[in-house]
Amino acid sequence: MSADVMTRPHPRAVPEARPGRPRRDPGRVLRLYVPLGMYLIFTLVPFYWMLVFALRPAGSADPVPWPITFEHFQTVWNDIGYAVFFRNSVIVGVWSLLVTTVIAVMGGYALARYRFRGRSLFMVVLLCTQFVPGAMMLIPLFSIFKTLGLINSLGSLIVADTVFNLPLSIILMSGFVSAVPFTVEEAAMVDGCGRLRGFLAIVLPQLRPGLIAVGSFAFIHTWNNFLFALMFVSRQDSFTIPVGLSYTIGEYSADFGALAAGGVVAALPVVCVFAVVQRYLVHGISAGAVKG
Amino acid sequence: MTTMRRRAVPYLLISPTVALIAAFLVYPIGSVAYYSLQHRNLTRPWADGFAGLDNFRRMLTEDEVFWHSLGFTAKWVIAEIGLQLILGLALALIVNETFIGRGLARSLVFSPWAVSGVLTTGIWILLYTPGTGVLRFLGQPEAAVLGNPDTVFPAVVVAELWRGVPFFAILLLAGLQGIPGELYEAAAVDGAGRLRRFRHVTLPHLRDAIVLATLLRGVWEFNNVDLLYTLTGGGPAQVTTTLPLYVAQRAVDSKDFGYGSALTMAGFVILLFCSVLYLRLSRFGEDR
Repeated sequence: MSADVMTRPHPRAVPEARPGRPRRDPGRVLRLYVPLGMYLIFTLVPFYWMLVFALRPAGSADPVPWPITFEHFQTVWNDIGYAVFFRNSVIVGVWSLLVTTVIAVMGGYALARYRFRGRSLFMVVLLCTQFVPGAMMLIPLFSIFKTLGLINSLGSLIVADTVFNLPLSIILMSGFVSAVPFTVEEAAMVDGCGRLRGFLAIVLPQLRPGLIAVGSFAFIHTWNNFLFALMFVSRQDSFTIPVGLSYTIGEYSADFGALAAGGVVAALPVVCVFAVVQRYLVHGISAGAVKG
Repeated sequence: MTTMRRRAVPYLLISPTVALIAAFLVYPIGSVAYYSLQHRNLTRPWADGFAGLDNFRRMLTEDEVFWHSLGFTAKWVIAEIGLQLILGLALALIVNETFIGRGLARSLVFSPWAVSGVLTTGIWILLYTPGTGVLRFLGQPEAAVLGNPDTVFPAVVVAELWRGVPFFAILLLAGLQGIPGELYEAAAVDGAGRLRRFRHVTLPHLRDAIVLATLLRGVWEFNNVDLLYTLTGGGPAQVTTTLPLYVAQRAVDSKDFGYGSALTMAGFVILLFCSVLYLRLSRFGEDR
């Protein structure tokens, strides 16, 4: 499966409409635009509602935020400590992204390019890990991190999140590696490149969509992880955004402006990342499912 | 390179993964099994020691919350998966059509997937709050849906649907894109209408994707505790406590690791049994 899957118009639509010039067809409006519009309302109203609370002055009940105020953002960023939570979340997210991506490229390459003993066992183990509940690993992982002296350190979150990100990332990545034809790599090796140099010069550049999909997947998961951060970190200067937000929900339940502003801070990075990489993700899943 | 060294390459490549999974997934599962046979409570270290099957006896005979959480877990997973399948399939079919602004529409309808469970809680608290929430536009300005045992279930189901449908739709959209277009052309030439093409081309090809998506999401909804932990805390009166949520509460709040591990083992066994049963019943991956 190649990258043009995403851009090719769906065959079913060809006799009905061409992109850019939809035919006037009442059936199509009923079938397509009405349900899509309804679903968009269901998706977007909650986001809008959060923005309204975050931007309008305290005490207002207007469904339109006017006049706009940024006082709630000042409260959460400076007074509640979201500046620190945000920094911690970025550290954990970026580290987990880097480690996950590097290890996933190695594992994905091994799965896609080598037939070795234990390969299918390795695949089965990766799939089985999807059944392991994070909530139920809290107790043993807490004991391990306590032994390692990582309780209250961001290191525990980087390790735990990376481990839980890895299996799916490797499966996705092996799909992307398989999509790069082996012949190009072979040609480079014939020209005297070592396998590593051939990989770095030939394969890695073509893996760009895979790196983006896997990296963003890891970042979003890590950014959002709540239970590990709640369990392994109890000092406020090591809180991540989800933990900070959960305390805002608990303690400031009367101050909806602060809650909403904290929510916007939590949502902004991941929603932006997602909007940009969404198409790579869909493609990555179909590639992984086909080749995996 | 010698043959020996070349043979070692794939093992070197997967060794970090194997080491991490062994240390932080396999070993912990073993230690859960061990703890479940121990009395171990961080707040009462003097009472720690071998417990035999005492934790399991307590769970099966004395713990009403355990039995109630099992029932609610089943209700929660079945409701979420059923509704996510219907809505996710509809959404995937819609955004698989060609229309102006499709990329933007996809980004928008899929975006709640990127949002955390805690943030979902924050947003839906704002929506559900009596007085200033959105229910006043539906003629129910003073309804406290989260505090009322009769309305709390639909309220949490809708909040989780908002976040859960997008990923279901993404998985099914990936499946839809794997269906060869010639099949639709052939069916259209044979005079098959839209409904028959859906029934005889789309559904059979999507079958494995649907089985996989429902299984993955089922396991995920079973395990997912962030939303319920923060939105209802399992309440009111523990009517929305799932088994993993109960475990998390035991681990985080009461630090009763021995008993929590026994509950974890029960969860593992149930999840494994249901997954295998589901794969058997759905005859996943078999040619028909």
